[in-house]
Amino acid sequence: MARLKLFLPLIVFIVLALFLFNGLERDPNAMPSALIDRPIPDFSLAVLSDENKQVDQTIFQGKPALLNVWATWCVSCRVEHPYLNKLSEKGIRIIGLNYKDDIVAARQWLEVKGDPYALSIVDDTGRMGLDLGVFGAPETYVVDSTGTIRYKHVGVVDDRVWKKYLLPVWQQIQQ
Amino acid sequence: MLKSILKNIIFLQLLVMSSSALSVVEVKEFSSEKMRERFHVLVTELRCPKCQNQNLADSNSPISADLREEIFRMLKEGKSDQEIIDFLVVRYGEFVMYRPPVKKTTMMLWFFPGVLLLGGLAIIFSVRRRQMMRATDDLTNNKAGLAVEEQARLAQLLGDKKHLGDKKYLGDEEHRGDNSDASHTTGERK
Repeated sequence: MARLKLFLPLIVFIVLALFLFNGLERDPNAMPSALIDRPIPDFSLAVLSDENKQVDQTIFQGKPALLNVWATWCVSCRVEHPYLNKLSEKGIRIIGLNYKDDIVAARQWLEVKGDPYALSIVDDTGRMGLDLGVFGAPETYVVDSTGTIRYKHVGVVDDRVWKKYLLPVWQQIQQ
Repeated sequence: MLKSILKNIIFLQLLVMSSSALSVVEVKEFSSEKMRERFHVLVTELRCPKCQNQNLADSNSPISADLREEIFRMLKEGKSDQEIIDFLVVRYGEFVMYRPPVKKTTMMLWFFPGVLLLGGLAIIFSVRRRQMMRATDDLTNNKAGLAVEEQARLAQLLGDKKHLGDKKYLGDEEHRGDNSDASHTTGERK
């Protein structure tokens, strides 16, 4: 018993070290989305290509899609854009949510860089983003054919992220 | 002395003032003092989802500004505090609450500090008790190896009149010899 006491500091150290080591692996920005497995919130917003055309949550019905939150002021979106073009070429349906952006600048952006989006919804007040629990762009949601959010990724989608996180979910919802 | 106190006061005041200067200032018109207070409590208790450990009141990120605006709007609509908190939790998860509800996953968060405190107190008490026991032990058995006169003086200093008057206690050579043995054994017991 007395011997054991001698080892107490070592034991405490090991336990602490394990905890802290575990903490190194974690991303402090990672936050589980509260909306996973819940339907896309109701909305009625204009489309970027045509201000007079309004769409609502039914656009997510019938076909799986990625919902990508983007804006021209978002630096990481610039990095992400070429990869979204690639995904779109592969036939993946991406719906854009133009988040708190300038419409003219956004249209120009798509003209210059190419448009990977089946359509872009205009959320100039950030109301839709708020309902989605968006806290920064870019964010990408995997939405299944019933309009249910199945996965959320915060940050740039690149080849690694797509293959590791999004693709497995995407394949799963195709069935 | 007075000067240094004054200096400290000024320093403290600067500290306090600088922290208040950090909070974001927005002009909002509240219909009542009560509402202003509720708003204040809500934005200090709700956490900015984008930031590392900042509440909505302190954060100047765009999302926090939006959320403050949203909370303000909901207050004006007459929503209750709980409704507002639920609204945010549905969207951003329990992450946004600085005071999470007590449930299975937050048990550790809520009760571990108390457990730690009790554990610490228990350790302190047991150590103290052992020290006290050893001290009285040492005193009665003269393990400290004090000379007889010193022992008597110590007893006197401690105001232990019983020991001072104890004739047998003074100058009991044999007794002392026993005790040096005893101290030996205690040494090994450790």
